[in-house]
Amino acid sequence: MTRPPIPLPPLRRPRSADLTATFAGLPLPQGTDLPPYRRRELVLLIFAGIVATSALAALTLADIGQLSFGILTIGLGFFCLWAVAHLAVRRFAPAADPVLLPVVVALNGLGLVMIYRLDLARSEAARQSGAHIPPSAAQVQLVWTLLAVIVFVLVLALVRDHRSLARYAYTAGLVGIVGLLLPIVPGIGTSINGARLWLRVGPFSFQPSEVSKIIILIFFAGYLVNKRDVLSIASRSVLGVKFPRARDLGPVLVAWLASLGILVVQNDLGSSLLFFGMFMVVLYVATERASWIVIGFLLFMIGAVLAYPLFGHVQVRVDGWLHAFDGDNPSSTSYQLVQGLYGFAAGGLTGTGLGQGHPQKVPFANTDFIMASLGEELGLTGVMAILTMYALIVLRGMRAALGAKDAFGKLLATGLSFTLALQVFVQVGGVMRLIPLTGLTLPFVSYGGSSIVANAAIIALLLRVSDGARRAPEPAPDAPLFDPGAVSESPTQVVKTT
Amino acid sequence: MNRPARKVAVACLVLFAALLVNANWLQVGQAGSLKNQPTNGRQITERLERQRGPVLAGDVEIARSVPSNDQYKFLRQYPAGKLYANISGYYTLFTAAGLERSQDVLLSGDDDRLLASRVTELFTGKERRGGTVVTTIKPAVQQVAAEALGDRKGAVVALDPSTGAVLAMVTSPSYDPTPLASHTEKTATDAYSVLSGDKAQPLLNRATQQTYPPGSTFKLITAAAALAAGRKPDDRIAAPNSLALPQSTARLPNFDNETCGDGETDTLIHALTISCNTAFGQLGIDLGGDALRQQAQAFGFDSTFPGFPLQQARSVFPATLDGAQTAQSAIGQYNVRVTPLQMAAVAAAIANGGTEMKPYLVSELRGPDGKTISRTSPKGLGKPISGDIAGELTTMMESVVTSGTGRKAQIDGVSVAGKTGTAEHGTGEPPHAWFVGFAPSDNPKVAVAVIVEDGGGEVGTGGAIAAPVAKQVMQAALDSP
Repeated sequence: MTRPPIPLPPLRRPRSADLTATFAGLPLPQGTDLPPYRRRELVLLIFAGIVATSALAALTLADIGQLSFGILTIGLGFFCLWAVAHLAVRRFAPAADPVLLPVVVALNGLGLVMIYRLDLARSEAARQSGAHIPPSAAQVQLVWTLLAVIVFVLVLALVRDHRSLARYAYTAGLVGIVGLLLPIVPGIGTSINGARLWLRVGPFSFQPSEVSKIIILIFFAGYLVNKRDVLSIASRSVLGVKFPRARDLGPVLVAWLASLGILVVQNDLGSSLLFFGMFMVVLYVATERASWIVIGFLLFMIGAVLAYPLFGHVQVRVDGWLHAFDGDNPSSTSYQLVQGLYGFAAGGLTGTGLGQGHPQKVPFANTDFIMASLGEELGLTGVMAILTMYALIVLRGMRAALGAKDAFGKLLATGLSFTLALQVFVQVGGVMRLIPLTGLTLPFVSYGGSSIVANAAIIALLLRVSDGARRAPEPAPDAPLFDPGAVSESPTQVVKTT
Repeated sequence: MNRPARKVAVACLVLFAALLVNANWLQVGQAGSLKNQPTNGRQITERLERQRGPVLAGDVEIARSVPSNDQYKFLRQYPAGKLYANISGYYTLFTAAGLERSQDVLLSGDDDRLLASRVTELFTGKERRGGTVVTTIKPAVQQVAAEALGDRKGAVVALDPSTGAVLAMVTSPSYDPTPLASHTEKTATDAYSVLSGDKAQPLLNRATQQTYPPGSTFKLITAAAALAAGRKPDDRIAAPNSLALPQSTARLPNFDNETCGDGETDTLIHALTISCNTAFGQLGIDLGGDALRQQAQAFGFDSTFPGFPLQQARSVFPATLDGAQTAQSAIGQYNVRVTPLQMAAVAAAIANGGTEMKPYLVSELRGPDGKTISRTSPKGLGKPISGDIAGELTTMMESVVTSGTGRKAQIDGVSVAGKTGTAEHGTGEPPHAWFVGFAPSDNPKVAVAVIVEDGGGEVGTGGAIAAPVAKQVMQAALDSP
């Protein structure tokens, strides 16, 4: 049984002041109506490819002192990999935001170069001490990037209208929770660095909470779209703040407590924080009630006060953060954090240059502390550029949310964008000692398969919402039944109406 | 729904703004203090990539960097081994000491005064190198001082009284800093743990970091206070065979139960010449603890020498004293503690007509191109005694060497002024042997302080054990150009 696809509204016409006009003179294949946004995306994508290739060239120059054509080949290969994603956007989301994908590609390129750079340092150290050379993390990450591109294309191709996702909200909720529970199952779950977050199948390990995050958000957004009227209208007032009825809250609270509980059991502070923030923001946007923020903040405080004495690793993290340089801490509990800070300090304003610092001195330099590695070699300049790129992704995502014509799309895009922003904040803030350190990955940059695959899916969903938002409004019900323009663009539909 | 979504967007921007501000604060604002954290091994690693400047004593390189073929480009060496270890210090993978530590910015090439040569390097493409530190040490004097002290524990400091320049500074036992600078972590840490675990404390620079009871050498300060109070060298002062200490049943005897003068009184000059304990004990009681303390502080007690580039301990004169303690302090016992550098500075001040010069160890800083960046000009530290008193003290100290306890410091054809000390410290150990003095006494070129800890293991006086060392050091200083 297949439902008829929801008809998509036609593309909005390009404005004359559009940047696209600049490239309008370029010869284009006849007969294909190239969407204007996609040309811009291609130009930016080429630029992202140049950034990544230059980074690799700088690294090679620092490492062996000369350049080779191999670098160009690798750069071209990297570009072609993501060009597949670009082609998919052309095919499946032609009106989507043109900035999101190239920024992601630039970040991914920088991440890959840094992971490769740390590989070089590791194999050099292994060579000097006579140990056997460890396997290349960059190669593994490249395979994961390929997988991420495939997932990206699949999401765009399968989710032709994000509204269809809302139909599977409850299924998604169940799948998400099961996904979170999987690592606890003996046999397939594994502990890495004290947190039981990973699934291990053969040589591959996967962190299901990264994907569960998206799936649970879909459930949450879908559920709230149905219930938001009840949640925001039927409420009791306590001390001037309007609170919703308990029975409307039930499923939300159950999902929230379940996911938080699981995360606490799994010892993953960072993801708990991420889920929590995601829930609060989506609830707030759905109900337009600031009281949710108040409730959320109170719950957070209660959670923090309860967790602190109960969980040793929470105390260690907080102590390492507050007293990073006191007593024995720099050589024990806050060792990683402090080494990362030394990396940032060594970078200064302009950085040491790729391949010329010592980022390998920091533990987990290519995963949790990759920002310290980038801060050391690219300096404050590079750090600010990277942060700005993340801000650009988040704001473009928020723009898609604002433009979305349906409540589900708005909630989904807001939730995804905010989660991304919060993840970057918790991750980078932790490494920079702005807040206590929690184990999260830096989206698109850190070494780690689940992270890049899940985040590629997030970008695909944001592009999907953005595509819907950037199309011209659907014709009003009282519009003329016969639109000559529509006929010329989609002749088959005329046949269907009979 | 757009209104709250916009607010969420603003909240996201605030998060990013916080990160950006924090990044600036971390990488520019705090960078300096983070780089100087003791647990930050990155700085030193980075600097092993460049050629660190040498430390010179005259023409002798006491520390230098040579190209190495391991994971770093340059290896630090100390060609003279243990002879200058207390001055150069060491530069390890993790930490640094001595001049290597205090002159680090220049030696590493990070000194702002090297900016001009750094700009040149930028254009000529040469790698950044460190500047040169030239010390005031005269290698010949240093060598003689170390040989004269031999294997005995102790220290020698020789100063140029007219400038305050340190001509020699020897501590014994010493250590070879080269293994500490090894690029092999294990070699370095093993060498360090052996040295730091050694009971003889070879890493301690006894010349400036260790304080000792000054014994009878402190009588110079008591005598200075007496002269300042109007006494004359030929005045007769009480000098009983045994001094009854006030507020105490104890008695202060003379060394070896000798008799001073006629057994009742003695002249001030003769009391110093034979180092009469009872005379100076009584003198201290008469002058009072405050007068002694003021005189000691005028010479630099209870503070350290400003700007001196090695770690110093403070020489102390007790803050409160009763009568008996005053008498004991006046002869350099009780809780009076001095560094050998402080006693050398006392002798130098007397030699320099009462003006105490600020001791200094670094005479000149040079850029990587060999050009002088700065030269130390001698500075007065104060005038603890008048010129007249300095002259009277000089006469009294000459008498110590010509006819008193310091005869073993005599040099043929040169008039020498000095004072011996035999400092009791606890029970069971032989006393410390001291000699402080200067030569030639009519035109002083060198002032010395010598301490041989526990008399080098034999029971003997400062005159017997320390004076011969001082003699050789002064002789070497007068012989060297």
